[in-house]
Amino acid sequence: MLSRTETFSGGFADPVFDAQTAFRMLMDCMARPGEIGEVALSLSPPAPLGIAAGAVMLTLCDHDTPVWLSPKLSQSPVPGWLAFHGGAPVTPERHDARFAFFETKAPLPALGAFALGTQEYPDRSTTLIIEVASLKDGQPLLLRGPGIRDTAGIAPGGLPADFLRQWNENGALFPRGVDVVLTAGRQLVALPRTCKITAAAVAETPASEG
Amino acid sequence: MSAPDTRPAPGQDSAGETELAAYNFAYLDEQTKRMIRRAILKAIAIPGYQVPFASREMPMPYGWGTGGVQVTAAIIGPEDVLKVIDQGADDTTNAVSIRAFFQKVAAVRATTHTADATIIQTRHRIPEHTLQEGQVLVYQVPIPEPLRFLEPRETETRKMHALEEYGLMHVKLYEDIARHGRIATTYAYPVKVHGRYVMDPSPTPKFDNPKMHRSEALQLFGAGREKRIYAVPPHTDVVSLDFEDHPFEVQQFDRPCALCGATHVYLDEVVLDDRGGRMFVCSDTDYCETRQAEGHVGEMLATTATDREAAE
Repeated sequence: MLSRTETFSGGFADPVFDAQTAFRMLMDCMARPGEIGEVALSLSPPAPLGIAAGAVMLTLCDHDTPVWLSPKLSQSPVPGWLAFHGGAPVTPERHDARFAFFETKAPLPALGAFALGTQEYPDRSTTLIIEVASLKDGQPLLLRGPGIRDTAGIAPGGLPADFLRQWNENGALFPRGVDVVLTAGRQLVALPRTCKITAAAVAETPASEG
Repeated sequence: MSAPDTRPAPGQDSAGETELAAYNFAYLDEQTKRMIRRAILKAIAIPGYQVPFASREMPMPYGWGTGGVQVTAAIIGPEDVLKVIDQGADDTTNAVSIRAFFQKVAAVRATTHTADATIIQTRHRIPEHTLQEGQVLVYQVPIPEPLRFLEPRETETRKMHALEEYGLMHVKLYEDIARHGRIATTYAYPVKVHGRYVMDPSPTPKFDNPKMHRSEALQLFGAGREKRIYAVPPHTDVVSLDFEDHPFEVQQFDRPCALCGATHVYLDEVVLDDRGGRMFVCSDTDYCETRQAEGHVGEMLATTATDREAAE
């Protein structure tokens, strides 16, 4: 049963300035993959949606953007919360979605099932927001690509099992492809499609960004 | 929300009285900002690719930087410090109007110092002072499509970008060489971004092209009339197109700035009289003024100072 309180509360306290703060942080993270952004705003999206994921949802989703929710999220109060605060339609079709949200440990479907854009319009692709257990305590990964001077390092814990293989396939489609935002509680890391990810060797320490 | 918000809302005068025409922070409504923000994120994810967006009418004519203004309005916050330049100058009409616009609708702090700004909106120049991490450079772009003057049909240029078919652009540069003996393109010089998309850097002098290459700052481009947004993330390869036997080179000036003595900067020619008198000064006014304040003296500045002393 949907809780009405959960649906109507927990949005941005100050929609104009909170959305600007959240967007600016997300934009900086998208421009500098590997940089961890922190959402310091007071919002409380209904579980199992994380705070950072909720902030991204309220910042970017509206009636122009069909949203796909993982099975668990669609059975939670999240669709009602999204409808009330964002007004975005929820779609069951992955390739129609502009944004897709996953809670922790949600199985990751094939990235190719989401909108990848076309060769003429590669921007018409889905952005996936995937909640993971942590961004610092998991498997060390090396990132390369635009926005990164040499290499950047993240260590997401609880990344979907075949994420790296799927991400490599996604990168091969460039300029088409999906973009990903990994969220963990209040933190997030953006992975634009240009980002090359390799598993860091255990002995190797990820070079810092500067 | 504990403490009362002391920020004056745009559209309210100092007495707190709401005027009839009140508008949202930074002029644009929130739905428009979200649409532009989504376009900016996709533009960053696909460096150099022109993302279509639903450009709005702004309270200024097309050609006055409506694209740059919309991009700035979508990203700016109360903490930002804004600098606006037009051909390098902080004090020309376009720069003054846009700065005043944002001071009015967003109540942000403005500066002329490149190093102090968090957002720099520019028309046709990149500041001489090297941009740092955390700064955002917003370009006002008139014609975003580098292939437009070679192929007028949008459907065709879009296909050419899709197929990475940029032979026509090289033919154009080659024709320059055949006709003039060198690549005569001096502004809006085409670049290739991240080894994929050919991009128009907006009508900046090609002198500024090397500054875009692996810049620390995020570069956003807004074209209002043509309804396109594109971006170059930091640390991204931006290579000016050229040939092995005709490598890309920037403009050279045979004299230093007449006011601050700077070399290796882009100079504007200023006509002084109708008898052929002229001077060359930094196009970047902030850079020139900072150098003068540091005690650098160009040959014409020295003359004026002496003249002034003599007159007194």
